[in-house]
Amino acid sequence: MSEGQRVAVLKGGRSLERSVSLRSGAQVQDALQRLGHEVLPIDVDPELVPRLLAAAPDAAFVAMHGRDGEDGTVQGLLEAIGLPYTGSGPAACMRATDKVLAKHLMLEAGVPTPAFRSLSETAIKELGASAALPALERELDFPLVVKPAKGGSALGVKFARTSAELPGAMVGAFSYDATVLLERYVAGRDLAVSVLDRDLAQAGAGKPRADALPVVEAVPREEDFYDYESRYEIGMTTFVCPAELAPETTARAQELAVRVYQLLGCRGVARIDLMLERDSDELWVLETNVVPGMTETSLLPQAADAAGIAFEQLVERVLASAFSR
Amino acid sequence: MERSTSGGGDGRRARPTAHELARYESLFAARTRGMKSSAMREMMALTERPDVISLAGGLPDTSTFPPELYAGLMADVAGDSTARALQYGPTEGMAATVECIVEVMAAEGTAIDPSEVIVTTGGQQVIDLVCKTLIDPGDVIVAEAPTYPGAVPTFSAYQAAVEQIEIDADGMPIDALESTLDRLQAEGRRPKFIYTIPNFQNPGGVTMSLARRRRLVEVARERELLVLEDNPYGLLRYEGEPLPTLYSLDAAAVGRGGASDLVIYLGTFSKILAPGLRLGWAVAPRPVLEKLNLGKQGADLCSSPVTQMFVAAYFNSGGARSGVGWRDYVETLRDLYRRRRDVMLQALGEHFGEGARWTKPQGGLFIWATLDERIDTTDLLALARKSEGVAFVPGRAAYMDGRSGSSSMRLNFAGVSEHDIREGIRRIGRALREQVGLLGSLTGSPVPASASDAPVEQPEQAPGPLADVVALPRRDSSAQAQRRRDR
Repeated sequence: MSEGQRVAVLKGGRSLERSVSLRSGAQVQDALQRLGHEVLPIDVDPELVPRLLAAAPDAAFVAMHGRDGEDGTVQGLLEAIGLPYTGSGPAACMRATDKVLAKHLMLEAGVPTPAFRSLSETAIKELGASAALPALERELDFPLVVKPAKGGSALGVKFARTSAELPGAMVGAFSYDATVLLERYVAGRDLAVSVLDRDLAQAGAGKPRADALPVVEAVPREEDFYDYESRYEIGMTTFVCPAELAPETTARAQELAVRVYQLLGCRGVARIDLMLERDSDELWVLETNVVPGMTETSLLPQAADAAGIAFEQLVERVLASAFSR
Repeated sequence: MERSTSGGGDGRRARPTAHELARYESLFAARTRGMKSSAMREMMALTERPDVISLAGGLPDTSTFPPELYAGLMADVAGDSTARALQYGPTEGMAATVECIVEVMAAEGTAIDPSEVIVTTGGQQVIDLVCKTLIDPGDVIVAEAPTYPGAVPTFSAYQAAVEQIEIDADGMPIDALESTLDRLQAEGRRPKFIYTIPNFQNPGGVTMSLARRRRLVEVARERELLVLEDNPYGLLRYEGEPLPTLYSLDAAAVGRGGASDLVIYLGTFSKILAPGLRLGWAVAPRPVLEKLNLGKQGADLCSSPVTQMFVAAYFNSGGARSGVGWRDYVETLRDLYRRRRDVMLQALGEHFGEGARWTKPQGGLFIWATLDERIDTTDLLALARKSEGVAFVPGRAAYMDGRSGSSSMRLNFAGVSEHDIREGIRRIGRALREQVGLLGSLTGSPVPASASDAPVEQPEQAPGPLADVVALPRRDSSAQAQRRRDR
């Protein structure tokens, strides 16, 4: 890839993760400038496509988290106007962002993911799906984690300890998406593995095209262990990288992450969240984030740093994914 | 999804790395751990857009202030004293402004000694300075539940341990306060001050009864406790008789026309004039006042002389210039807000259904509504924002633990037009019916009539003391914490 590209950095938008996205975008812009690129920062709004058409940059760096940025919407638009962009394509975004679909794909491929069921709002309203709840509760058992099928914010993710808490938790999750995921709760350690496409120069024949970065462990403050919203809240968790794990556990987590990355068809970069179950020492894959945070304190830059990849190098490698298809 | 190790700002540094982050982390004060962002507050930031009807703000309506009066008063300040207005002022405030404060306090039926006043940068600065002066990490503040959402980050930043007392239709129940004080005493913890908003409480909308005011002052005197009386809206009473301030009741208890020696009074020009002036004040016992003054020197030296002189000009000549004196303007606001309150109360009756209850405030800016306990208003806000374009403050913002009050919401009726109030409440009602209907389907219980799209009849106000008040969550914070540990 040549020096001095003109790069539009897409950030912000109307997602619940808008403010983090603005910070990710700002960090990426600074790094791109230091790398000698010309930056066009865009806080995404209804003028996005006209602006991109008028400016005609060489590539778009997608730094939008959550709705529009991670669900394939923006990627589909960028394909339609023929603009190269960073990260995964529309199909991978859709597979990863829809947690229910991603879990079905993982099950089919033999990737361990916690037992789950999903229910849609229309199934409840029009197909009498609530009559299936008792069977579902017996199958998955309490405590249960209830999540909106799409969306990456902590909001709407709830912990139901009893049958009585389930309807409220589900109505909460339905506020964010028309489908909710009910998932067996895995007690244990919270891990994240970022996967990065290999440098084109280094990628020899027969080698995997993506590398897993060192594992990060998120350690919630004790008192909030079962409060999912707090666990995902900024400042409520401390992070350890590389995570202190047995070497074979680290290797297995990284192997699973790369498998999921390839299974979903990710490109450029993604972060895979896993649980290391306390009782069984088993690893379980929870979900994949196709536009991981790029703020100075986000997990991906931390993991890259632990692997000896400076922030500029990280940004350069993600940018390279725009030109590598 | 983004997960991040700390809130941080928009840090634009040359080479940010995790190592550097660790370097900064080690530099941050312990108190910054209490300064936390939250997904809920981030979502609320998203509602500040022109296409959203926001019932979330704490806003008065500044569009009612005549522009030509503002221009004229500013011209007077410029003509008479440009140099003084542009210079630093005394930390305690300008004498001419303090005279206005004495006048406002007199209108609240409270006589004060002008030498016991400090002019502050908004009422918010009083809360900050009082904490700065009184609170060491772990010190106890007793507050109401719910409490002013804007005090929550301040209390957190000073690492206060806040005990919240659930309020009812008559404000803070003093017997509950006393049992909390007894418990704290048994634990060897002495509260530094009691924080209360006696008039048209923010966010609860209720007013502390006269009997409770008297008893609160007695309790404070018996136990030698300071009270921070936050009274931004006292003059915005739309019905009923004004009640004496805690400050004046304590001063009467001290006797012989003296000043209160246990109440720190917080006032502000934000709601009776304009928040953009950033002018408030404290009246405090002299030893406390001296510390507040030192604290303010460190914070901002003095509040803006430009706006202090504007206030003085307004109080002295506003009436002469425009025929609208400060009291007339407050009367205008009362008429306006009373109508808006009534519009909101009617709209709530039409659109919120039988499962909901709300306060009927006699003044102030806010109504507090409480829904079916299984509805989380943070989630409801997410739905209402997305599908209806309307916003409110989720009840959790008024609780230190960020979890209690989850089925309540604060609604502002003062800063929005009657049309927007009707439309805003109608939209929230629609989102609410959606959730209640879903709950009905999930639990197999029949969906109430209010879950249809048709507006429901306005329910009769039930008789009894709770008729105008919400059922507040009955969880006390220690039981809550206990339960979390037990999970």
